[in-house]
Amino acid sequence: MTSPLLRRLLGFPNRCSHWVLYRWRRSLQLRVATTTALVSAIVVLVIGVVLLGQISGGLLDAKRKAALAEANNGLRVATAELSVVTDTGSDGMRNSLTQLVTTLSAKGSNAGLFDVAIIPRESGQEPVVSGGIEPGDVPPRLDKLVKQSRQGYEYSSIPQAGGGSVHGLVIGEPLDSPVGKFGLYYFFPLQSEERTLALVQRTVLVAGLVLVLLVAVIADIVTRQVVRPVREAATTAVRLSAGFLEERMPVRGADDLARLARSFNEMAESMQQQITQLEELSRVQRRFTSDVSHELRTPLTTVRMAADVLYGARDEFPPGVDRSAELLHTELDRFESLLADLLEISRHDAQAAELEAERLDLRRVVSRVIEGAEPLVERTSSTLKVTLPEEPVVAEVDSRRVERVLRNLVGNAVEHGEGKPIEVVLAGDDEAVAITVRDHGVGLRPEEVGLVFNRFWRADPSRARRTGGTGLGLAISLEDAHLHNGWLDVWGEPGKGALFRLTVPVRAGGVIVESPLALRPPDASPEVERPAASWPPLDPDWDGEPTPDLDPETGAPYNNHESSGISVGTRLERDTLEDGR
Amino acid sequence: MTVRVLVVDDDSALAEMLGIVLRGEGFETSFVYDGSTALDAFRRIKPDVVLLDLMLPGMNGIDVCRALRAESGVPIVMLTAKSDTVDVVLGLESGADDYVIKPFKPKELVARVRAQLRRNEDVPPESISVGDLVIDVSGHSVTRDGQPVPLTPLEFDLLLALARKPRQVFTREVLLEQVWGYRHAADTRLVNVHVQRLRSKIERDPENPRIVLTVRGVGYKAGPA
Repeated sequence: MTSPLLRRLLGFPNRCSHWVLYRWRRSLQLRVATTTALVSAIVVLVIGVVLLGQISGGLLDAKRKAALAEANNGLRVATAELSVVTDTGSDGMRNSLTQLVTTLSAKGSNAGLFDVAIIPRESGQEPVVSGGIEPGDVPPRLDKLVKQSRQGYEYSSIPQAGGGSVHGLVIGEPLDSPVGKFGLYYFFPLQSEERTLALVQRTVLVAGLVLVLLVAVIADIVTRQVVRPVREAATTAVRLSAGFLEERMPVRGADDLARLARSFNEMAESMQQQITQLEELSRVQRRFTSDVSHELRTPLTTVRMAADVLYGARDEFPPGVDRSAELLHTELDRFESLLADLLEISRHDAQAAELEAERLDLRRVVSRVIEGAEPLVERTSSTLKVTLPEEPVVAEVDSRRVERVLRNLVGNAVEHGEGKPIEVVLAGDDEAVAITVRDHGVGLRPEEVGLVFNRFWRADPSRARRTGGTGLGLAISLEDAHLHNGWLDVWGEPGKGALFRLTVPVRAGGVIVESPLALRPPDASPEVERPAASWPPLDPDWDGEPTPDLDPETGAPYNNHESSGISVGTRLERDTLEDGR
Repeated sequence: MTVRVLVVDDDSALAEMLGIVLRGEGFETSFVYDGSTALDAFRRIKPDVVLLDLMLPGMNGIDVCRALRAESGVPIVMLTAKSDTVDVVLGLESGADDYVIKPFKPKELVARVRAQLRRNEDVPPESISVGDLVIDVSGHSVTRDGQPVPLTPLEFDLLLALARKPRQVFTREVLLEQVWGYRHAADTRLVNVHVQRLRSKIERDPENPRIVLTVRGVGYKAGPA
């Protein structure tokens, strides 16, 4: 059981380390400053250790030399003193030794204060000491050395008169005299040297820390000078890519960074020029389309009216001429719808097409299209079976475009349906609305499925056309579907007919995840799974349900559900038309 | 009495062709080839219908339309080569009653001209009230508290169609058929723009209409009296 507070406390170091790691990865400045500080800290540490070693070595060396000189001097004095001692009795001896110790220890010298001890090397005599020294304070190794009549020194701790002990230098010398053999010991406390050393240590430490800090700050400042323009460049680039083409970097001085800024600005300048040029080009293109439209339409109107007048009066013409008037009349219809379709597709190409979405009941749209298509259907033996839900199917759509798509799909079904029944189904859910148009005609071969939305593509060029389509109908329908953020898919099998499905989101600009209607009709041949390894990588733009496949020739995604190639479903993305085919 | 049609179009071939077709239907036609003389010609000829091309030299069609509307409620039918919404809506907002997109069929044009003329036919005396407005059907006038509210004949017909059957919802298609007289020319932008214009004249607060109400996803209806 962990309380939230505890969890937060436990999580804190984790969050901290995350933050530091994030900053570390993000900030060049921080990295450079930290690295510089670390490296200089190591250098300062090494220098400090060497320096302190040198200084303490030098200090102790000088002390030792002075101490040895003092001890030798004392030994001479002691030897001289003891050679004149006459009273060799216990008390007399003791007095003489005590006096000698007092004399020796009271001298003082450039080796500083010290204590002296005279310890007999033979039994029978009492040791004599000055200050707070005990005979047992003599380091055993030194004692042994002196007992072998040799001189020596050793660093050891020295007890003080007031209690406690300090580091010190103990020098031992053999003192041979007529009155006996002694060891003369000098105890030099190293207090002042330690103080000096401590001071030096503190100074070196503080100086080192200050130096490291200064180096870090300097590195930070220097890096900032370099990094700031780079950051400015990054910010400017972001603003540029966000469309603020006027954005430039400030140029200061004439150094490398100023050169960076200048080159950056030159790049931005040329980019701006290019973009403006392209925008201009696109504007000109749109303008051109609009102008062509106007310029073509006015004479076409005159021709159209003239043709109608001629057509109206064709009964009065001689044979041949009257047929000409008829042909002129009907072909003008085709010419007009072709022109209208061309203008519509160029509006899509120029991205000048606008979605005029309004909420409406799609059942009415479907009914209107069906009503309009009835004369066409009556000319064939086929029938239209329409399935509409009981309740309204409301969506935000551009009724003109949806109607046009449906007119195209129904017209297409009539043309290729071979007089067999045509089924139109409308369905909707919370997210999307779908309409399917199914015919039972010749159907589509697998290789045709990827082509139906291509401009001016015809399933069978030799077949007679009944509806007089322009060849652009499905291409425009696809664009209209895309304008709605919707899908236009097709399924087809030879002999089983074709099914087109339009799916649009309920709300304008919404995203479809799944269509309310299935693309594959119940009588479709069963799907055969292809081995997963042979599937090309996913298209990032793909948002539909089935995994897409890519048409090897066109690069257009479609669902090739079956390797035998009998049953094929397809959905074409925008690319298909922008391939320029 | 012959119906006079004023054709304002800079394309002489089209104007001549329009003349042939309209005369064939029994109209009397006059022609103006640029925008700047259109207003003078209008005052001189006093036509029953104006056919106005949107792209004109001198003064463009939109400005001509505004100028005509400023001094007359004469039915104006725009001839436009642009089917883009912006152009169509701009034309309608400047005061045109209807528009035909080039290329059009002669029959279509004649039907539209006749539909505009039908407005001026005689009707029996009748008075309908909607909201705080009183509609004098035969007198073709609308008053609020005794003060006349100026409406063009088309706006008058639109209001009348809605007011005759209060609370009934009219789809845009039905309104197109009843007010404009078309069965299949389904461009509902006509209705939208004219409803906006009507509201700006009859509603006290056009942003918050009380007389002509929108029924979302269906169409319009007249508000409760």
